[in-house]
Amino acid sequence: MAKMDAIQMQLLQEVAGLHEIPEGAYNLRANGQTAARQSTANIEITPKENGSGIDIRIKAGTTHESVHIPVVLSESGLKETVYNDFYVGDDADVLIVAGCGIDNCGKQDSEHDGIHRFFIGKNAKVRYVEKHYGSGSGDGKRILNPVTEVYMDEGSAMEMEMVQIKGVDSTHRTTVAELKADAKLTVRERLMTHGEQSAYSTYKVTLDGDGSSADVVSRSVARDHSEQKLDLCVLGNAACSGHTECDSIIMDSGRILAVPSLEANCVDAQLVHEAAIGKIAGEQLIKLMTLGLTEAEAEEQIINGFLK
Amino acid sequence: MLDLKNVSFRAESENGEIRIINDISLHLEPNKFIVITGPNGGGKSTLARLIAGISPISGGKIFFEGTDITEKSITERAKLGIGFAFQQPVRFKGLTVFDLLRIAAGKTISVSEACGYLSEVGLCAKDYIKREVNASLSGGELKRIEIATILARDVKLAIFDEPEAGIDLWSFKNLIRIFEKMQQSEGGRSILVISHQERILNIADEIIVLSEGSILRQGSREEILPDIIGTKYAADVCRKLSEEA
Repeated sequence: MAKMDAIQMQLLQEVAGLHEIPEGAYNLRANGQTAARQSTANIEITPKENGSGIDIRIKAGTTHESVHIPVVLSESGLKETVYNDFYVGDDADVLIVAGCGIDNCGKQDSEHDGIHRFFIGKNAKVRYVEKHYGSGSGDGKRILNPVTEVYMDEGSAMEMEMVQIKGVDSTHRTTVAELKADAKLTVRERLMTHGEQSAYSTYKVTLDGDGSSADVVSRSVARDHSEQKLDLCVLGNAACSGHTECDSIIMDSGRILAVPSLEANCVDAQLVHEAAIGKIAGEQLIKLMTLGLTEAEAEEQIINGFLK
Repeated sequence: MLDLKNVSFRAESENGEIRIINDISLHLEPNKFIVITGPNGGGKSTLARLIAGISPISGGKIFFEGTDITEKSITERAKLGIGFAFQQPVRFKGLTVFDLLRIAAGKTISVSEACGYLSEVGLCAKDYIKREVNASLSGGELKRIEIATILARDVKLAIFDEPEAGIDLWSFKNLIRIFEKMQQSEGGRSILVISHQERILNIADEIIVLSEGSILRQGSREEILPDIIGTKYAADVCRKLSEEA
């Protein structure tokens, strides 16, 4: 297994909050290779036969355990597509931390496309945290195109926290979820783009079972000349409830296109969408300035709070 | 403490320029409780905003503790010790009550310190400290949090724009107790309140009656209050005074 250098450790801290090797099951991937891997009695991580990724199998009834699968790239020009499949057994209750950090100091583009599929068993609970981060002063772009597919069995629950705050030049995020009866999905996405960056985030959540519910909320900030497109769609095919919300702050010469959409194919589907785009309200800045902040400090506090 | 010299404020409207504040000169002594009252639309809130630097004056000079602050920004005035509690407090998505109190204090504060400020304004701290300052809070709750942000700051001059509006569920006694406590605290403070409320006028050291952008009367409570007391609304009396003038 490869040893991690200081830049890679820094990236690891940004995306997974890790200072050292985590407890529990983990798979650390650095520059296209596995840097470290550990399975536990209840969580087994195995490489796919064709080498394209890993399978994570969590035994039924596993509780209070976590899986960390961060990826770091510090080599310019590296492009990879990785397939990771999570099989979460019935009644399990686990935390899964993923994320990718790219440091690109070179001229060539670096790209990581992670395709994650979750098969969540009956009444299982998953909290999933995914953070994306880019750094480095090179001209080469830092590109991340994650695809997340979630298949939720009856009575299962998943909370997804998707965060991309800094340094990723181009991202095309795709999240698809299908829910059976009484399954519950909660998504909290936080996006900030700056410079010339572009981000396109699309969600398609299908509520197939009676009693299923989804709450998909995206908060974003577009600064400088950056562009964002947020496409959040919820489909109701049963007696279900769905809510989607895009809430964005636009700054400088940023551009944002918010496209929340709903499709009901059952008379008992209850679906709601909300979307708002606006600049920081002048009175918010004034209030914080009367507390002694400068305009720039006030702006920073408002954005930090909004994306918290 | 605060000197206004020939301060005026004009605003553009469809019918041309309107004079909102007309050549006001004013001297406020330190450690006093001063109430500005007068009919609606008389320029009271505008005058308060001019002092805090929220609106730029069209003419004249403002001095704070001897320093000319006419050209100073809102931030600079805040740092010199001017606090401002808004009539209609602002909402923030994402910022919590604790965040706001921490920003107001201008330093790291403990949760128990923040809770102290909330208790002062009659809010059960543990229920509010982590709440976002967003649309889920009622107007009255926001108003009390607004007052708490002034308590968290070390101000020399605290300006309250109609602090009593929207706090009907909370007793007036508490609001008045807060004012008294602020004045008695170490170093003393001046408090400038915009209000129509007789009960607030009743505790003023000095009362200023502002109407149509000009000072109609200014003097001690003993001088001004007899003209106001005994009527249902101080504002009505102000209107009468203004009509007589």
